[in-house]
Amino acid sequence: MSAIKLTIDGRPVEVEPGTTILEAARKLGIDIPTFCHDPELAPNGACRICVVEVERARALVASCCAPVAPDMVVHTESERVVKARKAILRLILANHPLDCITCEKTGQCKLQDYCYRYGISESDFEGEVKELPLDDTNPFYIRDMNKCILCGRCVGRCQEINGAGAIDFIGRGFSTIVGPAFGDPIEESSCVFCGMCVDVCPVGALIPKAGVGKGRPWEVEKVKTICPYCGTGCSIYLHVKDGRIIGASPDFEGPVNRGHLCSKGRFGWDFVHSEERLTRPLIKKDGVFVEASWDEALDLVAEKVRDLLNRYGPDSLMGLSSAKTSNEDNYLFQKLMRSLGTNNVDHCARL
Amino acid sequence: MYEKHLMICGATGCLSSGSAKVQQALEDELAKRGLKEKFRLVMSGCPGFCEVGPIIVIYPDEVFYCRLKPGDIPELVEKHLLGGEVIERLLYKGPDVDAPARFYDTIPFYQKQKFNVLHNSGIIDPENIDEYIMRGGYRAFSRALKMEPMEVINEVKKSGLRGRGGAGFPTGLKWEFTYRAAGDKKYVVCNADEGDPGAFMDRSILEGDPHAVLEGMLIAARAIGSDEGYIYCRAEYPLAIKRLKTAIAQAEEYGLVGENILGYGVNFKFNIKEGAGAFVCGEETALLASIEGKRGMPRPRPPFPANSGLWGKPTCINNVETYANIPLIVREGGVEEYVKIGTEGSKGTKVFALAGKIRNTGLCEVPMGITLREIIFDIGGGIKGGREFKAVQAGGPSGGCIPAEQLDLPVDYDSLTQAGAIMGSGGLVVMDDRTCMVDLARYFLSFTQKESCGKCIPCREGTKRMLEILERITEGRGEPDDLDRLQELASSIKDSALCGLGQTCPNPVLSTIRYFRHEYEEHINEKFCRAGVCKPLFEYTIDPELCNGCTRCARICPVKAISGERKETHVIDPEICTRCGSCVERCRQEAIKVTPVRREADVSH
Ligand SMILES: Cc1cc2nc3c(=O)[nH]c(=O)nc-3n(C[C@H](O)[C@H](O)[C@H](O)COP(=O)(O)O)c2cc1C
Ligand code: SF4
Ligand code: SF4
Ligand code: SF4
Ligand code: FES
Repeated sequence: MSAIKLTIDGRPVEVEPGTTILEAARKLGIDIPTFCHDPELAPNGACRICVVEVERARALVASCCAPVAPDMVVHTESERVVKARKAILRLILANHPLDCITCEKTGQCKLQDYCYRYGISESDFEGEVKELPLDDTNPFYIRDMNKCILCGRCVGRCQEINGAGAIDFIGRGFSTIVGPAFGDPIEESSCVFCGMCVDVCPVGALIPKAGVGKGRPWEVEKVKTICPYCGTGCSIYLHVKDGRIIGASPDFEGPVNRGHLCSKGRFGWDFVHSEERLTRPLIKKDGVFVEASWDEALDLVAEKVRDLLNRYGPDSLMGLSSAKTSNEDNYLFQKLMRSLGTNNVDHCARL
Repeated sequence: MYEKHLMICGATGCLSSGSAKVQQALEDELAKRGLKEKFRLVMSGCPGFCEVGPIIVIYPDEVFYCRLKPGDIPELVEKHLLGGEVIERLLYKGPDVDAPARFYDTIPFYQKQKFNVLHNSGIIDPENIDEYIMRGGYRAFSRALKMEPMEVINEVKKSGLRGRGGAGFPTGLKWEFTYRAAGDKKYVVCNADEGDPGAFMDRSILEGDPHAVLEGMLIAARAIGSDEGYIYCRAEYPLAIKRLKTAIAQAEEYGLVGENILGYGVNFKFNIKEGAGAFVCGEETALLASIEGKRGMPRPRPPFPANSGLWGKPTCINNVETYANIPLIVREGGVEEYVKIGTEGSKGTKVFALAGKIRNTGLCEVPMGITLREIIFDIGGGIKGGREFKAVQAGGPSGGCIPAEQLDLPVDYDSLTQAGAIMGSGGLVVMDDRTCMVDLARYFLSFTQKESCGKCIPCREGTKRMLEILERITEGRGEPDDLDRLQELASSIKDSALCGLGQTCPNPVLSTIRYFRHEYEEHINEKFCRAGVCKPLFEYTIDPELCNGCTRCARICPVKAISGERKETHVIDPEICTRCGSCVERCRQEAIKVTPVRREADVSH
């Protein structure tokens, strides 16, 4: 089918049929706000912040799920649009804690960004405010449903992509919440702690525990690397502040995982700076591990290797490395084993 | 051969006024006298006049008995069935007739009605397919089987039929879209969710003439090329579901449903899905999600169900009454007859449920274009207790109220929309001078807020804030700029909500502000509710000029707030009075008035 021509904010654009207004606008570099839109999920249209004015349409149109049509004329920041967006933000704020000062999400919160963009600092509606208990019973992330704006991205990711189906909408009207069945804590649900929900939440409703109080987003360096846990090779970012890992997130462009991680890759980094981590070699003497110097330890290993080589040949040797060491270290390790004449090299990937 | 047929209304309205007991009494009486072979008793569909139920209509005598009690039965059997004498005291009587009326043709309630969709209701046994067929049933379907799909669709288009589920979308066009949509599997779905509070049109059709709906769906299936259909009916309608199941089984037996229908090589299978009664599940995309076993939440359109509906397949979804119209159109010569009724833009008839402060509550079917005045005063018999008409709410929680000035409005899709209401599914709630319009708006909003699916922010959060403002106003804490706030919120919600629920739920508020702004202002500025509904905003005061000291009020008052000696003026203590209103009903002098709260000083904050 031939391309569709339309006009957005007075600028002509040509796109493929089936393109949404949002995508067409992005092609022109026009930034339309979105909360619930998720390119990997079925069109949702829940939050309505992305509404735009389409000439001759009766009501405003949610640009994230409305396909373009020939000769459409779209206004993305008209007075009517801005009025509706402001109303939505005021409605959210009427039922949202204003504790941005201590909120972990500050600086990367879409609600904050859009309130700033449209000059909304507080809500003029007085009325009932949700008061829900925190769910922080699990070791990985905190669910603070008082901050949830019910965009549904977590639900979509959990159902459509992970397939865990741990959470869904519960209740109706103002009392609607997102959570596991029967209001159980997340730990007792079918959640596998992949953390995908945490990664897409536009506000501070889902917060990884590991980083709490450890640094603001703009202080954190995101170091791109490959997750060393298993052979899949997911691309991840380690969040590093002052030389310490305070969290991780998936690489949404990573060719292997495209934004997905398992619970280890997503949350399992506390071992790196663990107090219990070995920093010196141990040698077992009379049934007990005793700290030794590196020279002492390496001499012992070399002596035993040599002894085995002489007695039984290279195939009697096997090297087992750790998945938690760097790729470079593992490369050198297998090189070492091969120089000793054996191909018996493995690592403990399946942990 | 039976000598007489007794059609006793077995629909929900009459059941609640005791028709089951009357039926039992009649069964017993006939059995006792060994008359069961002579007189046939049928639990029929609803003849509409619920106000005067339980109702029995006797054929071929053409006698309409109403307000029956089990105690009336021996006399009815003795005098009428055996003696051939019409029992006058059981006939219809009312201020609108001079003498007791004997049959439909003389009862004013039926005079301006036009029975199209309801032409079988109350006449046939809904559990007997033969009676449906005898009255011309399934002829339209067998005719459609011989026609090309587009021929059928063109007839429906020509009839001008618009969807009866609320929005009034042209049915033929919808069918054409579904017919043209690519796909080898297509579904026909019937929307029998009927969630508007007070509406029971669809229930009556399903209970009174289930085959008409099945036939409509079968014709739709033929037109769009579908072999499977779903009827989504709320589980609160057990009788409708039971009759549908019976009807489907009978149609299967007759080869009208199933494989190789009537030898034409087409198949069709019906499924019934019972809904849990959420209002939003009447919205078509939420309904389809619910059939799929998901949470009933609307999704954005496009894609429309015609292209991607149930399980992503092209789906034709129509309302019960829409389908029930189809056999009338597709039968031989049907279109020509059909277009004779109605107005330019709205053809055919519409079934309305009359409720509220109207004398004749019940169900009526009227030609499009009739005025609201005719429906309310001629059919509905005017306002109960001779009070003053104030407004009528058309279209339920999505509709709006229409004031007395607009009573001559013709009832069609476009006029009602222009007046700020909608045709909706056909609920008409009539209000008199004792209805508070602010409270009415509050009621509808509390309904939509509870029924909002919770998906989109304008509807979920916006209706909550609108409701809170309305609650404040009715509690006497209204502020001068509340009206602006309400209107601004309402317009944002209408403009940005995802589905029809959110887009229309501000209508009751907007239309009451449009026509009864002064009532809002009185609530806000004077803290006075003239209708005597919002309890903190009025007092009951006894008018000393009118009170004759009969003591009736003092005796009924449950909290002993009224004092006064016999034959002397009585006084109500506003501190004790709970505003229950019992005394008002009791006073024959109409001496008890709604007055503003007397305040020591200005206590507004
Ligand atoms: C909140 C909401 C509730 C609805 N409830 C019903 C209903 O109970 N019955 C119905 O037939 N249509 C209902 N509708 C309309 C349906 O979405 C749909 O338009 C209709 O079933 C189409 O059938 P029709 O073209 O025959 O009217 C509702 C719409 C909304 C937005
Ligand atoms: S962590 Fe993964 S499995 Fe658990 S709720 Fe979130 S998305 Fe679902
Ligand atoms: S928790 Fe976050 S992602 Fe999930 S619905 Fe709430 S705001 Fe959206
Ligand atoms: S308008 Fe209301 S009912 Fe409709 S999708 Fe939005 S929240 Fe749900
Ligand atoms: S981003 Fe479009 S509706 Fe939420």
